[in-house]
Amino acid sequence: MRLNLFPLLVIAVVLFVVLNLSAGLIWVERRLLALWQDRYGPNRVGPFGLGQILADSIKLFTKEDWIPPFADKPVFILAPAIVVATSLISFAVVPFAPGFVIADLNIGILFLLAMSSLGVYSVVLAGWSSNNKYSLLGGIRAAAQMMSYEVFMGLSLLGSVILAGSFRLTDIVEAQRGLWFVVPQFLGFILFLIAGVAETRRLPFDLAEAESELIAGFHSEYSGMKFGMFFVGEYIGVILVSAAISLLFFGGWLGPVLPPALWFAVKTMFFICLFILLRAALPRPRFDQLMSWGWKVMLPLALVNLLVTGAVVLARR
Amino acid sequence: MTTLFYLAGILAIVATLLAITQRHAVHALLYLIVSLLAVAVEFFVLGAPFVAALEIMIYAGAIMVLFVFVVMMLNIAEHAMEVERGSLKPRNWLGPALLALVLLGELVYCTATTRGTPSLTGVTGPKQVGEALFGNYWIGVELASLLLMAGLVGAFHLGRHRIAKEEKHHVTSTDATRTDTRSDLVHAGSGGTSHAA
Repeated sequence: MRLNLFPLLVIAVVLFVVLNLSAGLIWVERRLLALWQDRYGPNRVGPFGLGQILADSIKLFTKEDWIPPFADKPVFILAPAIVVATSLISFAVVPFAPGFVIADLNIGILFLLAMSSLGVYSVVLAGWSSNNKYSLLGGIRAAAQMMSYEVFMGLSLLGSVILAGSFRLTDIVEAQRGLWFVVPQFLGFILFLIAGVAETRRLPFDLAEAESELIAGFHSEYSGMKFGMFFVGEYIGVILVSAAISLLFFGGWLGPVLPPALWFAVKTMFFICLFILLRAALPRPRFDQLMSWGWKVMLPLALVNLLVTGAVVLARR
Repeated sequence: MTTLFYLAGILAIVATLLAITQRHAVHALLYLIVSLLAVAVEFFVLGAPFVAALEIMIYAGAIMVLFVFVVMMLNIAEHAMEVERGSLKPRNWLGPALLALVLLGELVYCTATTRGTPSLTGVTGPKQVGEALFGNYWIGVELASLLLMAGLVGAFHLGRHRIAKEEKHHVTSTDATRTDTRSDLVHAGSGGTSHAA
């Protein structure tokens, strides 16, 4: 009986941790941004302003949920659900500690990539169904950006896959027992980090919402909890990419003294903070710069990385 | 597992039917995506998780996004609905239905005469798929990649040609306006001062 209940327990724990963390990240991000910009940030509600999370959630849940009459109603409602669903489903293959994983698929990495490629629909459909030119522009930008960056996101991971000889995430973590893959795969790590930022549409790659030119891009027409879904979905995406970076390049749960799950949490949290620091530090590029950078610099570099890694592994055999 | 298989199968058929009969281009595409996802589940249940992942990544995640992207960009949904209304007349169903009936007959004949039932037990991992593709079938893989490369180069050539032409046209037309109106900034300014003087 215990065997049957264990996966359900894991699912419950993962859902609880991820959803709470993504809500909490709203506060973390605002406080950290404030720290780096020499301000205080939200510090009024509760200790350290922690009550801000609760206040924000209550605000989002009780706001009027307005669907514009000119929108394509079924697609408009479907779009915000897709982003949260795909990024939450991705956590099914993420191993938090040895044995603590919902589904240890032998195609774990491909599952992650497949889910992230389905996540594009959310933004594209939101932009299209809003029937608003700014939303449409945001949706088109998002589609072009995410498709281009997905290509070398997959390619940059393949170096780690070659070194570990498996698509299974637990195997990849175990293969890093001697040396974290960030050392032999440094180029792959940098490429994946950039692709991850672009894939989650965070600054400096947030051209799909670019509030100074497109109001809010694809979610201009959204309000209430539907907007909240995009908001939370973005943070879940950030957690997912950070977790993927720590699993694929920084040895996941491996580490001395501390329990495995704690190591994993520390590493993931470090990359989440890096994401926020990037937002505080970098300006937004122009859209054509973003596209030509992706296709003309990142893609060839990812291919070279793959070629060299493959050649070295073959030569060593 | 067998229940899952049939459930996903029914879902795929219903979604495909809806994709054909929907008049709205984007809605039809969404049903097509659902149908592709259902087929991916079929692959997974049949013991080919690798193919299932590729189906989602490539068909649902990349090709269909391009379709949606183009429909969005051209914003042809309104016009396409008119065209669809015409092509969904009962008379137009006859030909395709007959052809599909022939295919159905072949399928029924094959399943009735051969005893092999699809196995729901054996699992084909990514390694076997890779070995088959780059071992037995490598000529096919190479030919497909050559074809794709040719398509890519061709598309690049066509696109580049038009852009270069447009730019040239733009440059000559601006030059023409400039000489016609003599609206060059330096000329206008110097002319103005000489008049005044």
